[in-house]
Amino acid sequence: MMSGSGVDRDGVYGERPGREAVVGGEQSVSDRPPSGTPSERGPGRRRGRRGRRGERLMVPEAEFTSYYGRPVINAPTWSARDIAGYFFLGGLAGAGSVLAAGAELTGRKAMARALKVSSLAAISGSGALLVHDLGRPARFANMLRVFRPTSPMNMGSWLLTAYAPTAGAAAVLEAAGRLPRIGRAATGGAALLGPAVAAYTAVLIGDTAVPAWHDGHRELPFVFTGSAAVAAAGMALIASPVAENGPAVGAAVFGTALESAASRIMERRLGFVGEPYQQGKSGRLKRAAQGLSAAGTAGALLWGRRNRIAAALSGAALLAASACTRFGVFQAGVASAEDPKYTVVPQRERLRKQAAGDA
Amino acid sequence: MSSIIGRNLLAGAEADPAGDAGHGADHPERVGFFTDTSVCIGCKACEVACKEWNAVPEDGLELTGMSYDNTQGLGADTWRHVAFIEQDKPLGHAVTGVDPGGVDHSGVDVFALAAGTTAPAPPREQAEVPTPDGRTELRWLMASDVCKHCTHAACLDVCPTGALFRTEFGTVVVQEDICNGCGYCVPACPYGVIDQRKEDGRVFKCTLCYDRLGEGMEPACAKACPTDSIQFGPLDELRERAAARLGQLHDAGVADAQLYGESPQDGVGGDGAFFLLLDRPEVYGLPPDPVVTTRDLPSMWRHAGAAAATLLGGLAAVFALHRDYRKAR
Repeated sequence: MMSGSGVDRDGVYGERPGREAVVGGEQSVSDRPPSGTPSERGPGRRRGRRGRRGERLMVPEAEFTSYYGRPVINAPTWSARDIAGYFFLGGLAGAGSVLAAGAELTGRKAMARALKVSSLAAISGSGALLVHDLGRPARFANMLRVFRPTSPMNMGSWLLTAYAPTAGAAAVLEAAGRLPRIGRAATGGAALLGPAVAAYTAVLIGDTAVPAWHDGHRELPFVFTGSAAVAAAGMALIASPVAENGPAVGAAVFGTALESAASRIMERRLGFVGEPYQQGKSGRLKRAAQGLSAAGTAGALLWGRRNRIAAALSGAALLAASACTRFGVFQAGVASAEDPKYTVVPQRERLRKQAAGDA
Repeated sequence: MSSIIGRNLLAGAEADPAGDAGHGADHPERVGFFTDTSVCIGCKACEVACKEWNAVPEDGLELTGMSYDNTQGLGADTWRHVAFIEQDKPLGHAVTGVDPGGVDHSGVDVFALAAGTTAPAPPREQAEVPTPDGRTELRWLMASDVCKHCTHAACLDVCPTGALFRTEFGTVVVQEDICNGCGYCVPACPYGVIDQRKEDGRVFKCTLCYDRLGEGMEPACAKACPTDSIQFGPLDELRERAAARLGQLHDAGVADAQLYGESPQDGVGGDGAFFLLLDRPEVYGLPPDPVVTTRDLPSMWRHAGAAAATLLGGLAAVFALHRDYRKAR
């Protein structure tokens, strides 16, 4: 092989500078300066990369060619507020329905009521955000003119069509104190559909050509359900009396552990393509989420069952952590779509491996 | 039409996408484009013809500094895009007009050359002589990009409204009266083709001139192409033509010539619009090994199912640990 660079799980090795369109295939690649020279990029393309102490520089600059540095794929047209906001609210609603059912079964009346109401509010907000993000909001009902298993967004629309009225019935009947048997059935139904609402959004973004999303499709559902549990636990801590907070504290621990473990596994597996999760805006959001969820979980463990104000503050931190996680994942996807190297380098490496396997 | 039951319709070779989409056995054969970039002269007639025929709005007049490319890339308002790449590299055995040796051509019989009977090739060394300022060769790559009309089209697969559909010609078209502008197809496309027209809200892309095909006419870009760089026709025939042209170029010493998107074995099951390129795909802004994202959809749903079960099970376990609430009261 003419070029001695490549990608493995530790990132890119043997990288070479230069990403201008002037290439000429194999011939000019071999004409380039040898690897290990200080990296140079075109003007205005170099982004700050401050090496933090004690942390290995994940991936060196990748050598690859592109068309004038322009992205290969189109970045999502979705607005971060609408779509990442929807992921957050959908997770809050879905996991909240599970907590509500558990609270009802164990006799925690205030917690059950609060989470039913919050799930209804969150899923209503989700719907509003989803419709708002459409280019033609008046045509939102077209989502239900087909049943299409290959489209996660279509499946999600049907899922929301089933979940939202169920969660709504659970909340309304609870508040009205009427039809307790139907109310219990609705609570149970929402608890069964809720986890699907929390998890499917990871498939929604995984099923795109966006490298950081698509390649993370195995772990992202766990990141999202973990983050959903964090949000719902936060809401429970805010809205329930301290005497009922035992399960909410447990949910906070569970959600934080699940989400951070899944994120760590994902970033390790993705290597180079996972870089955007740690850098730039998305990296800052992720670190904020980590700090907030650690603080919220610690606060909940220490004071969640003793001090109403401390419990509420911990809950607020957990809600904010979940929101930061979703916005971070969203921004990481956008960043990985906007830089052609995340599209070109892994694909080129795949071809190289294929060719090596054939030879 | 063979049965669609029990076959993997998400990826892999697929002989009859239109039939698999439900068009009857009498549907027309699959058509597409073969864009031979080795004869593209960068005139952009395809861009203009496309805009005119399809009434695609103007989308900004900018000077980019990217050689002669001020169009920049495909999008909602650009369905054909001509890329320009300047390289310091000879094109096969091609000879430049620079003639420092002062070779005498007076004895050449141009009529015999045109008839192809005697064609004494110019000495190879001439191509290597540098010009006084040290530069050697310049080659100028031009390529007209377009929607690939994939065999496995991610945009179509993920469309939640059914606005994107497979035509009887095996092409992929957006129904503008259905599209609600959800934008899902935009990041789903592995080539960055389809995009949203912001002021309109809906998405737009090449239709392979669906309206012209129905009338038995070739698409506007192919019609307008003065060098037949854009060739339209039945896909099987185009693949044969492309293979022949590739052999011809390899014989002429253009070793970098390669077909792109032609193989039904590739990640999208082969493109309905494929290319002959003179360099690596990424040089033209094309992904080197695109894969339809829905290939992994079964795995995605499995992992999401496991994650949902983990959430339900985990929270159930939390409540199991805190069961004694009523007793404690």
